[in-house]
Amino acid sequence: MRKLAGLCLGLGLAGLAAFWLLTRPASLSPQTLAAFAVYSADAQRGEAVFWAAGCAGCHAAPGLEMDASAEDRMRLGGGTRFETPFGTFRAPNVSMHPTQGIGAWSFQEFARAVMLGVSPEGQHYYPAFPYASYVLARPGDIADLWAFWQTLPAVDTPSEPHDLGFPFTLRRGLGLWKLLNLPSGFVLADSDDQQVMRGRYLVEGLGHCAECHTSRDGFGGLRRENWLSGAANPSGRGRIPTLPPQGWSGLDITAYLQSGFTPEFDVVGGAMADVVASISRLPSEDRNAIAAYLLAFRSSPSR
Amino acid sequence: MFRRIALIATVAVGSVVAVAQAQEQTDPNVVARQSLMRLNAYNIGVLGSMAQGRMEYDAARASAAATSLYHLSLVDQSRMWPPGSDTSSIENTRALPALWDNMDDVMMRGMALRTAAEDMMNAAGTDLASLQGAIGALGASCGGCHRAYRQPD
Repeated sequence: MRKLAGLCLGLGLAGLAAFWLLTRPASLSPQTLAAFAVYSADAQRGEAVFWAAGCAGCHAAPGLEMDASAEDRMRLGGGTRFETPFGTFRAPNVSMHPTQGIGAWSFQEFARAVMLGVSPEGQHYYPAFPYASYVLARPGDIADLWAFWQTLPAVDTPSEPHDLGFPFTLRRGLGLWKLLNLPSGFVLADSDDQQVMRGRYLVEGLGHCAECHTSRDGFGGLRRENWLSGAANPSGRGRIPTLPPQGWSGLDITAYLQSGFTPEFDVVGGAMADVVASISRLPSEDRNAIAAYLLAFRSSPSR
Repeated sequence: MFRRIALIATVAVGSVVAVAQAQEQTDPNVVARQSLMRLNAYNIGVLGSMAQGRMEYDAARASAAATSLYHLSLVDQSRMWPPGSDTSSIENTRALPALWDNMDDVMMRGMALRTAAEDMMNAAGTDLASLQGAIGALGASCGGCHRAYRQPD
C-alpha cells in the first residue's frame, strides 16, 4: 500500500515536472537575436508595420470615430473590452508611458512579447493578443516597429485586469496552448509570385486576419484546416465572413480595404471598421498584395 | 424632378419586394428601414463608383445621386426602429440591442449622415475632385453607426 502511494506520488511529481518544463515561457531564439544584431531599425518603416499589424485596433481608446486622426489612433492607452467564451479581456495600455504603459521596456522585452506572447516578467499572455500570428513576423519588422513605438505618446490611462473564470486564470497552462497552436509556418504554400508572398505575410502574419476569419476549437485554437472560411463572431452575435467574400474581385477587395465600401456600397461596420481604419493607411501595393493572396488562396489546394 | 421621384418610388417598391422575398422579413417597420438602407447604398453606389474610377464622372448623374441621398436622409424614421426589433428579439435583422440603449448617440449619428449628404450634394456636381473630397466623410458617417450598432453577417 505504501509502495502504491509512493508510486502515485512519484508519477504525480513527474507529471508536474513535465508540465512545468513543457509550459516554460519561451525566450527569443538565437536566430532572431542574431537577426536583430545586424539590423538597422527605421521608425518610418515601423509605422507601416504598425498599421499592417493593427495595433491601434485593440490598443487605441475605445469608441474612436471612424474619421479619427492617425494621431488619435496612435494613443495606445487601451481599455477596449473583448467578451469571449473564456471571459472578458481588456486591452492594456501599451503606450510609451513608463509605468502605465510599456515605455520602460527594452527592445528585447517588446520583441518577446509580440513574437512569443511572453511578458517581461516571464508570464504567458492570453492569445487574445494575436501573437499566434505575429510569431510569423520578420525580426526586422519588429525592430522597425519598436523604433516607431519610441515616437508615440505616453498615455496615463491605467490598464484594467481581465475578468476570466477558473481555470483560465492560470496563465501557466497557456504554455500547453502554445505548444498546440503556435504555427511553425504559413498555410499557403511558397510560390514565386512575390505579390502573393507579400500578401501571405500580411494576411497570415502581421494582419492576423485568421484570428477572426477562421473558426476555433473548444480551447480557442484556430482550426487551420478551415483557414479563412469564416467563423462565429468571437465577441458577440453574428458571423465573421469567409475570405474572400463570394464573387469579389481584386479591385473589390482593395477598394473595401481602402474605403470601407463593399461592391454593393454597403459600408463596413463592427470590428472590421477599425481594421479598415488601419489597413487603409498602408501603401496601396500592400492592399493589392492582400487581394492577390486572398484570390490565390481560394483557388489553391491549401484552401 | 418628377422623373426623379418616379425613379425613387420605383426603386423603393422594388427593394421592398426584394427584401421581403429574400429575407422573409414581414414587420413593415423593419422592411422599411432595410429598404431605406438599400436606397442609400444605391445612390452611394453612383458616387462611390465615380470616386473609385469604376464609373466615368458625370456631373449631372453625381448630383442627382447626391440629391437623392440627401432627401433619403430626411425621411422620417420614427416608426422604423420599434423596440423589440433587434437581433436578440427577431430574425433577419442585424440591428444590435445596443442601438436602443444609445438612442441619443444614434440620433446624433443620423444627423451626421444628413450633414455629410448635404456636403456631398454641394460637392458632387462641381467636379470629380470635389466628389472625392466628400466621399470619405460620407462613408465615415455610415460606418459610425455600423461599427457600434450592427452585428457582422
